[in-house]
Amino acid sequence: MSSSHAYPHEPTGVETRKLGFWVFLSTEILFFGTLITTFMIFKGSDFPGMKLTDVYDIPFTSISSFILLMSSLTMVLAHNALEANDQEKTRVWLLATAMLGAVFLAGQIYEFTEFYHKGFELSTNIFSSSFYVLTGFHGLHVFVGVVLLLALWGIGQRQKGLTLEGGMNLEFVALYWHFVDIVWIVLFTVVYLI
Amino acid sequence: MTKIIEPSKQSNIFRRPSSETGIWSWITTVDHKRIGIMYGYAAFFFLLIGGLEALVLRIQLSQPDNNFLTAAEYNAMFTMHGTTMIFLAIMPISAAFFNYLLPLQIGARDVAFPRLNALSFWIFIFGGAFLYSTFIFGTAGAPEGGYLAEEVGWLGSAPNGGWFGYQPNAGMKYSPGTAMDFWAIGLQILGIASLISAFNFITTIINMRTKGMRFMRMPVFVWMTFAVSFLLAFSLPIIAIALFYVTFDRKFGTSFFLVEGGGDPVLWQHLFWLFGHPEVYILILPAFGIVSEVLPTFSRKPLFGYAAIVFAGFGIAFIGFGVWAHHMFASAISPVAQAGFGLSTMVIAVPTGVKIFNWLGTIWGGKLKLNTPMLFSLGFIGMFVIGGLSGVTHSIVPADTQQTDTYYVVAHFHYVLFGGALFGIFSGLYYWFPKVWGKMYNESLGKIHFWLMMIGFNLTFGPMHWLGLQGQVRRTWVYAEETNLQFWNIVVTVGAFIIALSIIVFMINWIFSKRNGEKAPFDPWDARTIEWTIPSPTPVWNFSKAPEVRALDDFWHTKYTEDEEGRAVRREETDQILLDLEEEGLNPSEHIALPNPSYFPIVLASGLPLLGYAVIYKSIPLAFIGAVLLLIGGFGWGTEPLEEEIHEDSDE
Repeated sequence: MSSSHAYPHEPTGVETRKLGFWVFLSTEILFFGTLITTFMIFKGSDFPGMKLTDVYDIPFTSISSFILLMSSLTMVLAHNALEANDQEKTRVWLLATAMLGAVFLAGQIYEFTEFYHKGFELSTNIFSSSFYVLTGFHGLHVFVGVVLLLALWGIGQRQKGLTLEGGMNLEFVALYWHFVDIVWIVLFTVVYLI
Repeated sequence: MTKIIEPSKQSNIFRRPSSETGIWSWITTVDHKRIGIMYGYAAFFFLLIGGLEALVLRIQLSQPDNNFLTAAEYNAMFTMHGTTMIFLAIMPISAAFFNYLLPLQIGARDVAFPRLNALSFWIFIFGGAFLYSTFIFGTAGAPEGGYLAEEVGWLGSAPNGGWFGYQPNAGMKYSPGTAMDFWAIGLQILGIASLISAFNFITTIINMRTKGMRFMRMPVFVWMTFAVSFLLAFSLPIIAIALFYVTFDRKFGTSFFLVEGGGDPVLWQHLFWLFGHPEVYILILPAFGIVSEVLPTFSRKPLFGYAAIVFAGFGIAFIGFGVWAHHMFASAISPVAQAGFGLSTMVIAVPTGVKIFNWLGTIWGGKLKLNTPMLFSLGFIGMFVIGGLSGVTHSIVPADTQQTDTYYVVAHFHYVLFGGALFGIFSGLYYWFPKVWGKMYNESLGKIHFWLMMIGFNLTFGPMHWLGLQGQVRRTWVYAEETNLQFWNIVVTVGAFIIALSIIVFMINWIFSKRNGEKAPFDPWDARTIEWTIPSPTPVWNFSKAPEVRALDDFWHTKYTEDEEGRAVRREETDQILLDLEEEGLNPSEHIALPNPSYFPIVLASGLPLLGYAVIYKSIPLAFIGAVLLLIGGFGWGTEPLEEEIHEDSDE
């Protein structure tokens, strides 16, 4: 790393990897934007068969949403712990975040199975298709996040522990995790509440 | 001589690749120049394939009621021609220019993320191979009431729903078999490659500029790369989601775009063109950038209205997101929408016109040197104006309704994408040839190439304007003898073969000049931008020492000053400056650390086509192998430092 740092650049103030990551997140907005728009279009249209309102379980989904939101808190705690260079606390909070994420995923799998048994299948109607693709796409993001968190936790077991430098470090995983959480707030509102 | 670091022998999970020559050095390279060259050759290979497909189409259309191709084969050929030229030829050849030139023009040692750069390249290669594997594995069945199954053949076993895959025609009912799945998933994979490179270039331009390279001192080519990267980053997610829907419709029984299931085929058109129109600017803006570099150099004048050209480029990119429905005037959209999109289409001609006048202003009163790059740039202006004007005619909704799906439209977009984008690309290929290979190309062969291509191009696409207005319909494999369309169709076919001849001249020139051409000086064109201050061919480390930029066209100001009347006068000390630059460029005085090669980009990329096959054949084992490759690649990548520790050479 040494010499490339010596190479002079016009300063912009944002670290290169973080900037690249923000650009990545900005395109993610368009991914979800397109999915949400499509869902909204089909939500208002006439379609035969079951609606989500026939099957959903708001209290259950609210609890799992709450769990996902809490995982953002534990993520912040992990980040704070690492800034204070408390390796053990960092690992604990990382694991907690991953576990909360996994609980949310389990909830989503349970929910999908319930809906499926009630006859609300992927190809039942246009509404069920857009529901499963939209929330499934988000679930995939949560899954990737959990894998990243566990990978970080694993790397944290090394002698050297975690740092806020180099590669895919905790800060980027945290940015990603918060982003996935914020998207869920929008999805929960659009899909279940409106 | 140099102090490039040697890879260390540290204990990683996998040993670091270390070869500097031979095939492995190319497979594991993260050098932006090598990646650029590989992009260029791969894209040119696909350009040749796409060209062959076009020739096959033209042979079929040279006679009325011809039976050289069956309808099924014709459908497959025009679909693959369009898809190949857009996604596998012109986009990656632009990526070749971005890769090679961007760091050089902003004075950087590499892009912001060298390994991501290699990853985009390999994903592109695997995506292209995946798409073309349809000729081996793909099946295109016969829809009910359509052509007969035995007419399909191996040539027809490719995607056949047109490059914009309109629904429900491209759905399972009318396009049975797996061919359109190869199309949808292949484009998905190629899209990932472009997205990653967009992140990379945006970050590079914002953060890797050398000292003094402020935004308003960047070469126009860099600006256009910047605009294209934003277009890619914001338009590709839309098509990615739309392609997801297509795949779900075809493989998992949903009906996002099928009326019978409550879906909406026009939604596909909206999503596709919301991507598809910005895509048009993704294809043309790089050529705008190249031409804006070539014209000032060969006119020996600064670019006229630099700021206007830059802002017009971004104006085009921005308005480009608001004109998509002019592709859909014949579809079910409301009159209000038609009027609105007609207007926005007229508006986008304004920044484009600004650019044209700026280029004319650049040439005006200049001492023109008509070398091959300049000829191609001038040809570009002429041809692009014709294509642009016929484009404006499409903003008149009633006229457009008449022209939709006729050869008039085919003529229009070939004037923009061939006469525009491809002429610009050839201009750039000749212009930077000496910088890349350190040899000069053959000027006479270059000029023969230009004139053959100019004549062939106009013979091919000029007559299509009136063929279309006479009613020849696009994408139809025969026309009846009574329609009297035969004469101009023969002319068009002859023109297409003249283009093929010109490409052969180009290839001969390239191969022989690369091997036996005269040695190129490092600044053969007396150019203006800083990539010409370093030796030809570019050394691995680009700049021996970070250049410091003091003005727009910095290199020109280093060489020239102005007399009282504002004429450029060569400085007395220029010769000495140039000698010093060359000496310094070849012999860096400080230690240079470059990013090490890596296996992981290609490992990671190789997982994607396997996942693609897994979806097509609904195969869990394939999905598992693909996911494992992604994981190995990702994990190895994450644990491998970009640069190893530095081992000082003993001779220092």
